[in-house]
Amino acid sequence: MEFDIVELSRLQFAMTAMYHFLFVPLTLGLAVLVAIMETVYVMTDRPIWRQMTKFWGMLFGINFAIGVATGITMEFQFGMNWSYFSHYVGDIFGAPLALEGLMAFFLEATFVGLFFFGWDKLSKVGHLIVTWLVAIGSNFSALWILIANGWMQNPVGAEFNPDTMRMEMTSFFEVMFNEVAQAKFVHTVSAGYVTASVFVLGVSAWYLLKGRHVELARRSITVAASFGLASALSVVVLGDESGYSATHSQRMKLAAIEGMWESEPAPASFTLIGLPDQEARETKYAVHIPYLMGLIGTRSLTREIAGIDELIAESETRIRSGIIAYDALMTIREERDATSPDVRSTFEAHSGDLGYAFLLKRYVDDPRDATEAQIVQASNDTLPTVWPLFWAFRIMVGLGFSFIAIMAYFFWRSSFRGQDYPHWALWGAVLIIPTPWIAAELGWFVAEYGRQPWTVDGVLPTALSVSHLSVTDLLLTLAGFMIFYTVLFVVEMGLMLKYIRKGPFEDVEETEAWTARHEHRLRTHDGKGPFAETPAE
Amino acid sequence: MILHEFISYDVLRVIWWALLGVLLIGFALTDGFDMGVGALLPFVAKTDIERRVVINTVGPVWEGNQVWFILGGGAIFAAWPPLYAVSFSGFYLAMFVILAALIVRPVAFKYRSKRESARWRTAWDWALFAGGAVPALLFGVAVGNVLQGVPFELTPDLFARYEGAFYAKFFGLLNPFAILAGVVSLAMLVTHGAAWLSFKAEGVVATRARSVGAVSGLVTIVGYVLAGIWLAFGIEGYAFASDVAANGPSNPLYTEVLRTDSWLSAYAARPWIALAPVLGLLGMVMTVLGMRAGREGKTLLWSKLGIFGAISSVGLTMFPFILPSSIDPRSSLTVWDSSSSHQTLFVMLVATVIFMPMILVYTAWVYKVLWGKVTEADVTESSSAY
Repeated sequence: MEFDIVELSRLQFAMTAMYHFLFVPLTLGLAVLVAIMETVYVMTDRPIWRQMTKFWGMLFGINFAIGVATGITMEFQFGMNWSYFSHYVGDIFGAPLALEGLMAFFLEATFVGLFFFGWDKLSKVGHLIVTWLVAIGSNFSALWILIANGWMQNPVGAEFNPDTMRMEMTSFFEVMFNEVAQAKFVHTVSAGYVTASVFVLGVSAWYLLKGRHVELARRSITVAASFGLASALSVVVLGDESGYSATHSQRMKLAAIEGMWESEPAPASFTLIGLPDQEARETKYAVHIPYLMGLIGTRSLTREIAGIDELIAESETRIRSGIIAYDALMTIREERDATSPDVRSTFEAHSGDLGYAFLLKRYVDDPRDATEAQIVQASNDTLPTVWPLFWAFRIMVGLGFSFIAIMAYFFWRSSFRGQDYPHWALWGAVLIIPTPWIAAELGWFVAEYGRQPWTVDGVLPTALSVSHLSVTDLLLTLAGFMIFYTVLFVVEMGLMLKYIRKGPFEDVEETEAWTARHEHRLRTHDGKGPFAETPAE
Repeated sequence: MILHEFISYDVLRVIWWALLGVLLIGFALTDGFDMGVGALLPFVAKTDIERRVVINTVGPVWEGNQVWFILGGGAIFAAWPPLYAVSFSGFYLAMFVILAALIVRPVAFKYRSKRESARWRTAWDWALFAGGAVPALLFGVAVGNVLQGVPFELTPDLFARYEGAFYAKFFGLLNPFAILAGVVSLAMLVTHGAAWLSFKAEGVVATRARSVGAVSGLVTIVGYVLAGIWLAFGIEGYAFASDVAANGPSNPLYTEVLRTDSWLSAYAARPWIALAPVLGLLGMVMTVLGMRAGREGKTLLWSKLGIFGAISSVGLTMFPFILPSSIDPRSSLTVWDSSSSHQTLFVMLVATVIFMPMILVYTAWVYKVLWGKVTEADVTESSSAY
């Protein structure tokens, strides 16, 4: 079997990133849910809410540990495996990663220790603030990471510098407020909230089925269903926002997801289902919904969305233009300050297409020597394989809509049916626990696989982004990660299940004391409300 | 944006070179004692409750401390992209080993005391040992290799290529001078961990930590002095062979570099930098004396001074070189030709000036809340203790 450094590097990155993202969404969502629970505790003073905070907080902690640990791999893998990528775009891409550490991760990691160890050392409000800081920190973390990733999808605010052979930042503002990044951030964070809501809902449903910890489980379901419903709506709406921004920034990805081979007259129809055939360049047995794609993609009835064939033809033009840029670049590199202004202006006119010339480096050392056939081949390469994208996207969207329905159902039962849930619904809630993870992983697959053959869309091809490593290097680390991550996963799941089975620590005395105080207050009608201390009797 | 023109490019580069030092020192001072404590765990604590006390002295803070490392990585990426690209891929397998150790450590902290089984706990104790000792050793090995130069060259496209097969690259790192540097780094962080335990634990654990710390402190001093002598007489240095534009573009190939007899010529050119090794040695000696006399807080402070001096002495000796190349000196990365763009350095500096003080304030507050010794009672009575 032949191994290829690029493919092995991709495999390792995909594996470690997707593994990392098994833990991230739960961290994002559970942090907020726990903070909400603790807020209710501080406001009402009811001990059950503190027990809920501690119980879900404990599960948060088990998950958080691996999330942090596997995140370290992500931070260092760019340098280890994607050395040329790191050189070529580090000037832009590194900044959000460093800002993530400065602004977000420090906050989250410094206070998470106090969240667990500070219960007896801080006032109630003090501890609540700590919990919210952890939640805010983890969400800010996601913001910066998605600004970095958003830039790979839509590289704005940067230009190529021939002296340093890399992209350099021209506007930090544009990088930060990149529309793709902002839409991705809210979409991803909401997906994390849905994941945590489904998790809390499922675990609580299991307690109700077993008749254990009923008080805690009912309240948890109420919180999870209301928060989950709002988040599920936001995931779908902001997924749509991503679709809208993809229309002008990531047109090939959009066309591939749609299996849209030819440009259609506006407004384009949406292919609900079908079988994309890469060879024949058509989608067989397609079921169309008229107008829908045009509406999602352009929010108009008149603007056209480009199809795959048109985009490949466009790539070919850009490759030819990129070769001109490459030729000028070589002259500039040779003559440096002595370069004639003509060459400089030629370069500037074509430098936006330089990345397209690099696509040829898979076939020929110097893109200027490329044959016609190689140019055609490289332009065809700009289309990723369609069917995995087509299907992954549809499963993700289907799951997204079903989360709205599930959360709405539990919200309705919780609010209007006296928190009474039928058996089948509770079992359903337990069984669907894995589904948000599936949706999230498919979402990342669509985003990253859909951007191929690029690491940075239109700027740097994946095949050029790797480090100078040997196959042995990669096989060793790949095997290492596989063994190591599998062991961690088994250990993590074992502990999660153990602590879920064990259930929350219920301080019966404390709950009873609180209930007695509460009833006393209701009897005496002293009007001081739940915050008042009961006078010692 | 033209705001960045307010600070010139060369000044920004020097600031970011210093900030790189601040981050590495911040990492060594905070996460350093976590690693030292991990490495000491099997030796200073014998019973389960003793081990839990040791673990809980760092339990609430290691997570925040580790961010110094992660931020260090992020800052190298943002401010010195060529350094990030060349060093992390060049030290590929060593980086993987460090990663494995750093991944196992958070999990070990969190999971160790979550099951009663003695085998489970012993296994995680050894994971904590490895998670502390291995990175502490390898960071020193890396510094030892950087001082000798790393076998890489840059192509005209600035793609980094390395000499040698994978095993040569990995085992080549383990040369005698680098191993000595590794031993110094391990001994220094073990001493730092011992100083922390002497400050945060009590009774037999603290006593054992002090006796180990006194020995490892001596090893640090002897090793550091030996490495200094070796560096002076046995290792070639690097210098620019052509004029350097401190404001020029970040392309290492634009300058010529040659080998010199020794790095220590830097001390002739800038005698004041001798302050760094002197302060380092003072800190190390006072740490050992403090361990013997049983002083707690002050010993920890002296240990910090020792680490500060030792790390700064490496940076100052090499300045302006950051990562020299042994096979193609021209490819060497220096302060003047391997930074980010003027604009990126400026934006990142603004962010650092805003957020770094906040980080220092809230970190200090967390340490204040957690002030005081960790006792056996603290561990048994708290439901959230590790």
